[in-house]
Amino acid sequence: MYGRKVKFRFFFVILVLLTLILSVFLVLKALEENVVFFKSPSDVKFLGELKNKKIRIGGMVKQDSIEMSANELNFIITDFKNEINVSYSGVVPNLFSEGKGVVAEGYLKDRSFFQASKILAKHDENYMPPEVKAALEEN
Amino acid sequence: MIYSLIGYYSLIIGLFISSFIFFFSIKNFRNNKIFDVKIVNFSFLQLFLVIVSFLGLILSFVYSDFSNETVFNNSHTTKPLFYKISGTWGNHEGSLLLWLFVLTLFICVFILKSKNQLKKYRILTILFQQIIIIGFFVFLLTSSNPFNYIFPTPNEGLGLNPILQDPALAIHPPILYLGYVGSSIIFSSVLSATVLKDVSKTWAIHIKNWVLTSWIFLTLGILLGSIWAYYELGWGGFWFWDPVENVSLMPWLALTTLLHCISVLEKRYTLQSWVIILSITTFTLSMCGTFLVRSGILNSVHTFANDPERGLFILIFLFILISISLFIFFVFHKSEKQNSILFSLLSKESSILINNWFMMYFLSVVLVGTVYPIFLQVISSEQISVGPPFYHKLIIPFLIPFLIFMAIGPKLKWIKSELDEKLNLLIFFLMSILMSYLITKKISTDFLINTMLIGSAFYLFLITTKDFFSKKIKNISQNLAHFGFSLLILSILFNNIFSREIITNLRVGEEFNNEKFQIEFSDLKKFEKKNYISFKGIFLITDQGVKNEFNPELRVYNQPNIITSEADIKTSFWTDKFITMNTLQNEEYFNIRYQVKPFMLWIWISVLLISLGGTLSLFKRRSL
Repeated sequence: MYGRKVKFRFFFVILVLLTLILSVFLVLKALEENVVFFKSPSDVKFLGELKNKKIRIGGMVKQDSIEMSANELNFIITDFKNEINVSYSGVVPNLFSEGKGVVAEGYLKDRSFFQASKILAKHDENYMPPEVKAALEEN
Repeated sequence: MIYSLIGYYSLIIGLFISSFIFFFSIKNFRNNKIFDVKIVNFSFLQLFLVIVSFLGLILSFVYSDFSNETVFNNSHTTKPLFYKISGTWGNHEGSLLLWLFVLTLFICVFILKSKNQLKKYRILTILFQQIIIIGFFVFLLTSSNPFNYIFPTPNEGLGLNPILQDPALAIHPPILYLGYVGSSIIFSSVLSATVLKDVSKTWAIHIKNWVLTSWIFLTLGILLGSIWAYYELGWGGFWFWDPVENVSLMPWLALTTLLHCISVLEKRYTLQSWVIILSITTFTLSMCGTFLVRSGILNSVHTFANDPERGLFILIFLFILISISLFIFFVFHKSEKQNSILFSLLSKESSILINNWFMMYFLSVVLVGTVYPIFLQVISSEQISVGPPFYHKLIIPFLIPFLIFMAIGPKLKWIKSELDEKLNLLIFFLMSILMSYLITKKISTDFLINTMLIGSAFYLFLITTKDFFSKKIKNISQNLAHFGFSLLILSILFNNIFSREIITNLRVGEEFNNEKFQIEFSDLKKFEKKNYISFKGIFLITDQGVKNEFNPELRVYNQPNIITSEADIKTSFWTDKFITMNTLQNEEYFNIRYQVKPFMLWIWISVLLISLGGTLSLFKRRSL
């Protein structure tokens, strides 16, 4: 019916289409699973339901809230309206200090307690992560 | 003061020269025979002026001329001379001037190197390149002038961010830009070849040197950035899938694909469309890299000046370039005659085509991961970040077939071939799977995927190693690059699987103990340096019976007032031992991180081998 060339090209096109669909599907799925959302303490307060998903929380480190021991660091992130307690063990960036901006990545235990697995490094004393700036301006 | 003035006026005259070249090129284009020597002279004059301007900026930095705004923002009198000079391109304005310098340099090299090419092709390439050059001139003079004057002259500058004061990072931008800007020549050249319908074998041979050169520089540039991130940022990793890293990886992926495609074009006169599209893509991605890094859209180490006007300019410029190139592609390029699509399934060209598809997939993954957060923020103001798991999940499974194809592909011949030595290939395959099983059987997580990955990497490793000793070896540069890649994947995997780390908080005099490690924080010493105060920790670490002293450092810089930590790394043939110390304000505790990272050195060596492969190929071609 059809020549060999046509058949071959037909299969080729089908193959390309299938690969494309497959990769788009994979990318979307991976995005859905691995995207980390950024929230401010106020966002957390009004969160509909608590999912067991990694998120980032940003704001200011509250004055006099840092407590450090041999294997743990506790502090409070505030956006001057709401607060959240953060517990963390791991590498602390040099510019992490009270009254400065911070972004913590980890899991929410409940609405007022956050278990962080990473504190993001800042590189500049004047630098504030754009997310934190926006979150603070909103309030 | 005087240097800034000279630099500024050189730039303005340079822009005028551009329009002369533009004018003469168009006039000369209609003339079929004689290549107008004015174009050459003016191009060299332009290069000279840009060099003068660049030197003007460097000298302003050397003499700490704070009436120049760029110098004021990025330098300081107490900074060592080397970093005063490297500060020239450690900022937005200076780095754009560097771009322009490399652009004009490359067009002159192109004029010298392309004497055997058709006259029309040369002129058209110069014309396209001048469009890019004019764009950069205008950009520099309007929105990012490196020679802005401030009055009254401040007594002291603001200083360069200390984490940028580092030898690797001082030479990282120039090397990377040589790669980025090299792709501009490929871009201009492919456009003019398309217009003249001359995307041919001879063109491929001519442009391949440019592709190789940019590829080598881009590889080395990425390597330098990665080494810097490893020891300076103190996270102990070498690749973080940070957007800024991704934007340098994307042109690399496109360029690597182009490199393979060019060989097909050269030997078999097919895949023209691929070559054209890839050349355009590579340059667009390089420009996008500059745009994303410099516009402040990505928040990262590199973005200090957040100026929307600049971003907008590059965006419009980029849009114009892309429109021009797409227009040329669709109007002038007629797809090749039917000798191409029907590749024999077992042939070198189809294996390269497979390589292309894989590379394009990797490229799209990185592109989506980098751009999607920006996109989402614009349309829904939802802020997200895409982390390493995204990339790992999407890239790692495809790496397995990719590695196997990479081992078998080069064995095939052009046009049509049989797979020779089938038995050999099979034995090697079983051997690698067995070796990998013996290594991975102790680890508990992700056993299957690790075994398969290591197995396929071993497979490529063994086959390329064997080929070094084979008499029939035809393409040693390709073999070396593929060998380097297998070594890279193996080192990264072993590094990943066998790394160990301890994170703890210690006070001076305290000790940390577990079965394997003993970390003693015995002392903290203070030193005054020229532009910073240094605190050196004295750590005695016993690791599996071996005792070492480590001295990680905290530096408090005077200008700008920033604390950085310097890791202490003990590098040996097989393993790196890595310790960093961080401090918290008003706390007695220091945050200590000790890491054992096997095969670190081999990651760097393997990337060097990959670029060495490219270099060999470059010299092989020259001798032809």
